[in-house]
Amino acid sequence: MYEQFKTRAVGVGAEVHRVATKQDGIDFILGFLKKEGIDDLPGSYAVWAKGTFLEGTQRGGLDAFAGLSFDVTRERASRAKIGISEMTFAVADTGSLVQDQGAVDQRLVSALTEIHIALVPSANIVPDKLSLFTRISPKTSRYIAFITGPSRTADIERVLTIGVHGPERLVIIFVDELGGAKQ
Amino acid sequence: MKSEFKASINKALNDANLTGALGKFSEAYKVNRAKAYEGIDFEALRSRVAEAKSSAACHLDEVADTFKKNAEALGAKVYRTKDPQEVKEYILKLAKENGVKSVVKSKSMATEEIHLNKTLLENGISVAETDLGEWIIQLAGQTPSHMVMPAIHMTKEEVSDIFSKEVDERLSTDIPRLVKVARNELRPKFLAADMGISGANIAVAETGSIVLVTNEGNARLVTTLPRIHVALIGVEKLVEKFESVVPILDALPRSATAQLLTSYVSIISGPNPNDDGTLKEMHIILMDNRRTEMAQDPKFKQALQCIRCGSCLNVCPIFRLVGGHVFGSIYTGGIGTILTAWFDELKKSEDIQGLCIQCGNCTQVCPGKLDIPEMIMEIRRRLVLEKGQPLVQKAIFSVVNNRKLFHGMLRAASIAGKPFTSGKFIRHLPLFLSDLTDGRSLPAIADRPFRDIFPEIRQPKQKEKAVFYAGCLIDFAYPEMGVALVKLLNKAGIEVVFPQEQTCCGAPALYNGAYEVAARNAVDNIKVLLKEEAKYVVSACPTCTVALAHEFAKTLDSVGETGWIGKAKELAAKTVDLATLVKRLVDEGRLSFKEGAVLGKITYHDSCHLKRSLNVFEEPRELLQKAGYQMEEMFECDMCCGMGGSYSMKLPEISAPILQRKLHNIKETGAPMVAMDCPGCVLQIRGGFDQEGSAVRVKHTAELLAEQLKD
Ligand code: SF4
Ligand code: SF4
Repeated sequence: MYEQFKTRAVGVGAEVHRVATKQDGIDFILGFLKKEGIDDLPGSYAVWAKGTFLEGTQRGGLDAFAGLSFDVTRERASRAKIGISEMTFAVADTGSLVQDQGAVDQRLVSALTEIHIALVPSANIVPDKLSLFTRISPKTSRYIAFITGPSRTADIERVLTIGVHGPERLVIIFVDELGGAKQ
Repeated sequence: MKSEFKASINKALNDANLTGALGKFSEAYKVNRAKAYEGIDFEALRSRVAEAKSSAACHLDEVADTFKKNAEALGAKVYRTKDPQEVKEYILKLAKENGVKSVVKSKSMATEEIHLNKTLLENGISVAETDLGEWIIQLAGQTPSHMVMPAIHMTKEEVSDIFSKEVDERLSTDIPRLVKVARNELRPKFLAADMGISGANIAVAETGSIVLVTNEGNARLVTTLPRIHVALIGVEKLVEKFESVVPILDALPRSATAQLLTSYVSIISGPNPNDDGTLKEMHIILMDNRRTEMAQDPKFKQALQCIRCGSCLNVCPIFRLVGGHVFGSIYTGGIGTILTAWFDELKKSEDIQGLCIQCGNCTQVCPGKLDIPEMIMEIRRRLVLEKGQPLVQKAIFSVVNNRKLFHGMLRAASIAGKPFTSGKFIRHLPLFLSDLTDGRSLPAIADRPFRDIFPEIRQPKQKEKAVFYAGCLIDFAYPEMGVALVKLLNKAGIEVVFPQEQTCCGAPALYNGAYEVAARNAVDNIKVLLKEEAKYVVSACPTCTVALAHEFAKTLDSVGETGWIGKAKELAAKTVDLATLVKRLVDEGRLSFKEGAVLGKITYHDSCHLKRSLNVFEEPRELLQKAGYQMEEMFECDMCCGMGGSYSMKLPEISAPILQRKLHNIKETGAPMVAMDCPGCVLQIRGGFDQEGSAVRVKHTAELLAEQLKD
């Protein structure tokens, strides 16, 4: 299913990576932040909406990274280049990520930034919407968000253009170590 | 037809940008849509969508109540009203109470339907549409021309001009740059807005959830940043069960934009926290505006199954020529005609209903299983009931209803037409009738109609008999098609019977909303055609076949002549189109073609009624190939030729470019001959080639097959 997901997600313009451990994930992100020139300047911030990913990890490198903050406000997110969050599920047949985004910071980092990095447990890839809906429910999740590729439009002359109101890049990192379905 | 309406059509037709953009789009759409649906059983999927929607439409009241109860239990406020005015008052009051100065909106047709922006602006509240297309339209002071792509009629140059004015800086026409400008201009508006207004694509009663489907990400911001969220939802968006979200989400993006899924889908169930820690104020307005009445009307209930994907526009031969603005309303195209007739008033659809050529393309792709052409026919019928028929039309149909007079006039026309005919065509007609020969020559009325020729055909007596229903065109313009039919059936051992009292099938009256006239035609024909003991009633005109096999019973039912319905069904059961019958006879070994004939390339044009009402398209192709032709498929082989009965006379300016496209596609195949199974299409296409002096030959399949029968 990973391969199917990858094909579909790449097909709609997402970037898909896979790492073994959480530490590998952190290293990947650190390298990414560096490459994108994240710094403590408006327009160059990175914001990370907390989830369970960082529990029990060596996050020293992250805490020390200038421009990256875990305190997500609308002002900060709106001036951030990169937003990082965890997404709970990946849906293979459409290449979509899904998460309960009832907590507002989860939406701010994935909606206002230019690049959204999404961390996903490799074990949580489901084949389709039907199987997804057995695992997530509006009874318990008040804002179920599907994200499929970057923000896009074809409203001017039907030319596909990326990055309208949301991120222009979606970088997905599957983490094998994060096994097991949550929720 | 009003002259302003004709003027708006001509303006659209002469807008090369518009017709170019729409034409290219509809061609690409067809391919992309097919790709998006790969591996999916579309029929099964659309049945699930239609069932979910229709089941909610059956008891809208109850479903709306359940929604209200459940959404309120989650903390949302739900307001239900029939009256658009009350919607506006509610939102205005809410805005005033909360000191709202600015509003951001994500796309919502319902708000456009009630002209909400105007009300807000008049009350000193600023409104920004945030969907890129809607924002362009808002800045340009226009209405959307397409429900999914509101600004499809505009070029990047126009958009650049509009944006340049807005930001007071000369911008280039680079599209990514223009999109960035929109992002940068709208971002502060999002952050500052006090109220976000959205629509919803689905509202789920059992969970009180609303579902928003977008690509740009604006709906996420509209529902996240402002402290108040108002969702204005037409009650047709309701479904009962959460599980119904799945088929709708499977179909909507595929049909709307040929995507497997849009970039964003949000399922919101009750208010969520704002970023300052307070709970959002969430208001959901369920708006009726005659939707309940519509749900109670047996002919229009199906309209509530619409999921507003816009695919009916994308495949419509008329829409792609004239675009959305000629429809003069928020909702455009065939579906727009229906919604306008209800949400505004029936009278408003008077002109635009005539734009539908009844080709049936939309019924093939509609994920909600709406029969748009059928509903448009019903609108025509009601308009005629309300206003009576136009005088000229009435005069014509009173003749058609009197067979002797009608046939007498057709004979007279064969003589009266003489001054204008050259060879087999009328090339020019005088004065106001000249539109009819603009871009297409009309066939000369035959010297001798089929009805006069038939008694002279010597047929062997056979046990198996078929009644031949010729229809006006074959009888009076193309008797040779009838002769070919007799030859084919005789060869298979079937004797043909031709009742002289048969008359017009009523299609012209029916398609103009004159149901009473059509019902008279139906009764006259039923009597005559059932009188003979015969195994089949066969026709070589798909429009006539559809009339006999489907429309008679429906028409009689519509006008309340239920006594005849049983007989109509009996006739329907015996009715068969020629291609299907011949194919059967060939398969049974009763008919065979000369062996080893090599007849060269041919291309085939699918007639609307044969392909989409009768589902016959393989049979004629197989037969022609068996006879020795090499099939060379044309682009858009099943696209309408623009004839549409009297359509080509009422709206020749639209019919002509559709015909041009068809002629072009035929010529592109390089085949010297095109076959088809409808005398109406032969009239249109042969006339088109004659007018442009092209050598491509146009034939009814029956004639080609009859030539190749084994001796
Ligand atoms: S039947 Fe044909 S002309 Fe009429 S709305 Fe549908 S696609 Fe358009
Ligand atoms: S009528 Fe059918 S095809 Fe047209 S918008 Fe509605 S659902 Fe889509």
